[in-house]
Amino acid sequence: MSFIEAKDLVHEYIMRDEEGNVEGVQVALDHLDLNVEQGQFIAVLGHNGSGKSTFAKHLNALLVPSEGTLYVGGMDVSDESLTYDIRQTAGMVFQNPDNQIIASVIQEDVGFGPENIGVPTEDIWARVEKSLKAVGMWAYREHSPNKLSGGQKQRVAIAGVMAMEPKCIILDEPTAMLDPDGRKDVLAAVHELNKTKGVTIILITHYMEEVVDADYVYVMDKGKVVMEGNPTGIFSQVETLKEHHLDVPQITMLAHELKQEGLPLKDGILTREELIQEIDRICH
Amino acid sequence: MSLILDNISHIYSQGDAYEKKALDGVSLKIEDGEFIGIIGHTGSGKSTLIQHLNGLLKATEGNIYFNGQDIYDKDYDLRDLRMQVGMVFQYPEHQLFDETVFKDVCFGPRNQGLPEKDVTLRAYEALKNVGLDEKYYDVSPFELSGGQKRRAAIAGVIAMKPQVLVLDEPTAGLDPQGRDEILDMIAENHQRYGNTVILVSHSMEDVAKYVDRIIVMDDGRVRFDGEPKEVFRHYKELEEIGLAAPQVTYLMHDLKDAGYAVSCDATTVEEAKDEIMKMLGSR
Ligand SMILES: Nc1ncnc2c1ncn2[C@@H]1O[C@H](COP(=O)(O)OP(=O)(O)OP(=O)(O)O)[C@@H](O)[C@H]1O
Ligand SMILES: Nc1ncnc2c1ncn2[C@@H]1O[C@H](COP(=O)(O)OP(=O)(O)O)[C@@H](O)[C@H]1O
Ligand SMILES: [Mg+2]
Ligand SMILES: [Mg+2]
Repeated sequence: MSFIEAKDLVHEYIMRDEEGNVEGVQVALDHLDLNVEQGQFIAVLGHNGSGKSTFAKHLNALLVPSEGTLYVGGMDVSDESLTYDIRQTAGMVFQNPDNQIIASVIQEDVGFGPENIGVPTEDIWARVEKSLKAVGMWAYREHSPNKLSGGQKQRVAIAGVMAMEPKCIILDEPTAMLDPDGRKDVLAAVHELNKTKGVTIILITHYMEEVVDADYVYVMDKGKVVMEGNPTGIFSQVETLKEHHLDVPQITMLAHELKQEGLPLKDGILTREELIQEIDRICH
Repeated sequence: MSLILDNISHIYSQGDAYEKKALDGVSLKIEDGEFIGIIGHTGSGKSTLIQHLNGLLKATEGNIYFNGQDIYDKDYDLRDLRMQVGMVFQYPEHQLFDETVFKDVCFGPRNQGLPEKDVTLRAYEALKNVGLDEKYYDVSPFELSGGQKRRAAIAGVIAMKPQVLVLDEPTAGLDPQGRDEILDMIAENHQRYGNTVILVSHSMEDVAKYVDRIIVMDDGRVRFDGEPKEVFRHYKELEEIGLAAPQVTYLMHDLKDAGYAVSCDATTVEEAKDEIMKMLGSR
């Protein structure tokens, strides 16, 4: 069995009026099938309203399936007796850096999670140290979160999730509010966790550049997986991506347009280095 | 007709331990009909700056003149200023409050005193412009996805057709097509009506593509102010203050370093393509 296994997963939001009568139903996940192996770095793309956040919320049992099944680390998310264990296995980081830090001192904030799940005090501090170091925020442990930049706040939020020692972290547009530096820092921290600690990463994003280094990409549309593959494979399909309201990294777009001008470039160029190599090849 | 900021400083929590000088002697002249981008690292003062433009924040020091009038004058009608300077805030969820999306978008134009028929028309037009499907018009804004909320918040402001449109990181959370469509729509309206647009953004690519003038904020001050290609020539200094140049600008520099005879001024895909084709053509 895969680490994450969604089969025929359906989620319907039921909208009710003030009296509680059903006004409408919004199908947000529509028989979604998707697998993730432990230790993978997965990116999830999809237009606004395609169901990404809804799926993310199932992964740590904030929502339960209306139909179908979802297993996380072998646990059925529909089984309420497992909710606690599931949340410990899969941690979430959200978009807005200002809504995620509650304590007035950073190290206390990171300690909250483990404390809540009953980790002994001396272990808590060891975990706080390990997580803050992993995201490069150890030097700030005694600071107040108010003074941090958005990127720093997000890294503290990631440390807070890490301190629970989850096998998997889901990040729902963690960089949407950040400046270029903050984006780079957060991405680097997440890749580091994946490489050195083997944490499974599910990254939801609207920035195509952030997907380039993922192991595998899922594209969602109307609650279903409509494309999947490695980044090169996905970004070779410029026109299909556009049909799903998506895009390619700027360098890939430039290569695509140069190709349409008649340059014999290969498909799915993702980086500056690759494009320059191709131009070298043409010129020599 | 213009917006003039004369030596503006803003200090938060003046006098207590959290005192923070968020703006430090900012002077700017914004002409009618300009399309301006504001960039800067988090905390550089962008949001503080633009909230002065509609009088939401009052400068600790300095003056602001809108169409020749001092907005801090006792007799100045700040309510009128807020009708003319429309603002899309950084966190759209703070901007949505009505029962349904449609009612929410009607709020602004109704507040402007437009007849009910026009209010409705404006709301339809705006919602169409931001690409929000009709099936969401009657739902609560809180039942929308993140990007859909953002679209609804933008619709609420463009429905007022303000003379000056200020957008604080409006594309955060939008999918790529939504981002392009909404910025294209804003640029088109700007072309058609000649309104002033001020776009705060963390996307160097978007700023390069749409605006005519970039203002770079750093630590409460204006660090650079000029055309995109001028400003992005300072990419090394921009990196020092947490920013960057567009991806394609870096590519042009790499090509030049690799010995190709190219100019490094390209800041958009179009410009980079033209420059590379020109270079290859002349070989
Ligand atoms: N609380 C809710 N009540 C009712 N419908 C909802 C609710 N939350 C989301 N939806 C609807 O479910 C669908 C999927 O929403 P979801 O938030 O999963 O999208 P998303 O892919 O995360 O979008 P975005 O890129 O904008 O964040 C949308 O049609 C949305 O309007
Ligand atoms: N309401 C506030 N109270 C106190 N300080 C604030 C407030 N809003 C912003 N600041 C501070 O002012 C500075 C500029 O913030 P802001 O204008 O939000 O920057 P930006 O929009 O460029 O990220 C930062 O140091 C920030 O912490
Ligand atoms: Mg979402
Ligand atoms: Mg801001």
